Amino acid sequence: MRELALHILDIAENSISAGANKIKISIIENHRDDLLEIEIKDNGKGMDADTLANITDPFITSRTTRKVGLGIPFFKAAAETCDGTFNIHSKQGLGTKVQAVFKHSHIDRMPLGDISGTLQALIIGTPEVNWVFEYNVDEDSFVFDDEPIKETLDGVPLSEPAVMKFVREMIDEGIKGVRQKVLSE
Amino acid sequence: MSTVKSLDDLKKIREEALKKQQLRETSGKTEVIVGMGTVGIAAGARETLKAIMDMIANEDLNDIIVRQTGNIGLDSYEPIVVVAVPGEDKVNYGKVNPEMARRIIKDHVIDGKIVSEYQIQG
Repeated sequence: MRELALHILDIAENSISAGANKIKISIIENHRDDLLEIEIKDNGKGMDADTLANITDPFITSRTTRKVGLGIPFFKAAAETCDGTFNIHSKQGLGTKVQAVFKHSHIDRMPLGDISGTLQALIIGTPEVNWVFEYNVDEDSFVFDDEPIKETLDGVPLSEPAVMKFVREMIDEGIKGVRQKVLSE
Repeated sequence: MSTVKSLDDLKKIREEALKKQQLRETSGKTEVIVGMGTVGIAAGARETLKAIMDMIANEDLNDIIVRQTGNIGLDSYEPIVVVAVPGEDKVNYGKVNPEMARRIIKDHVIDGKIVSEYQIQG
């Protein structure tokens, strides 16, 4: 994968497969401490201790169609190549939290990439999940929660063209707003 | 929320959408599903899905439900797009890039003609 946004999409897919109906994605860019932190937290079925112990092993997967799962090992390797750390916490019946920390300025750190595209794919493509996105760049933050949007829509689907456009603009503007201040400094 | 877009804007959008819906007959909605497993994502499935969503938003295409799903189990054909027209057999398309996706929406979803050269055979 060429972007961290694609890793986020991939990990969030695991959360959906685990039956989560609330998934929170957080990105923190901290230039002062030179850190980039990504966290995906869900309320899915979680994993038992054995599965958790083996989850970063590329030959373990919960899927039955193929015997190897590469998503989590890829993400872990991406963080560790950049002087970073990788952690998974999971409790059966409660959910899973995946956290990857990167050295922000590391030469091998992948770009964040198309975060907006990843979020739109998840929000529009899996409307039964409550998506929360928090993006912090130093002191500024953008928080997106699709719950009020769905309440306002009251039955009108997210894949309605004007609604999709609205969601796209809301996310694009939010991300741009947080980033602009860094650029103007 | 600190964006220019507000929920009031969304309320207006909702009312417009409901008005339009009343004008249309309830013929059921076509589902367009994109496989989004690890292999699909690595092969470009997000760009394929984005192209479909952008086309629907920009060209104001109604009555299409876009969904994404996990691994479909046909790795060598990723990205995979499934088109499900109500009352018809599902059609699986393989190795769908954004340009192909736009053609599938135009020819199959809008005009009802299956794009057989992109179809996964078997």
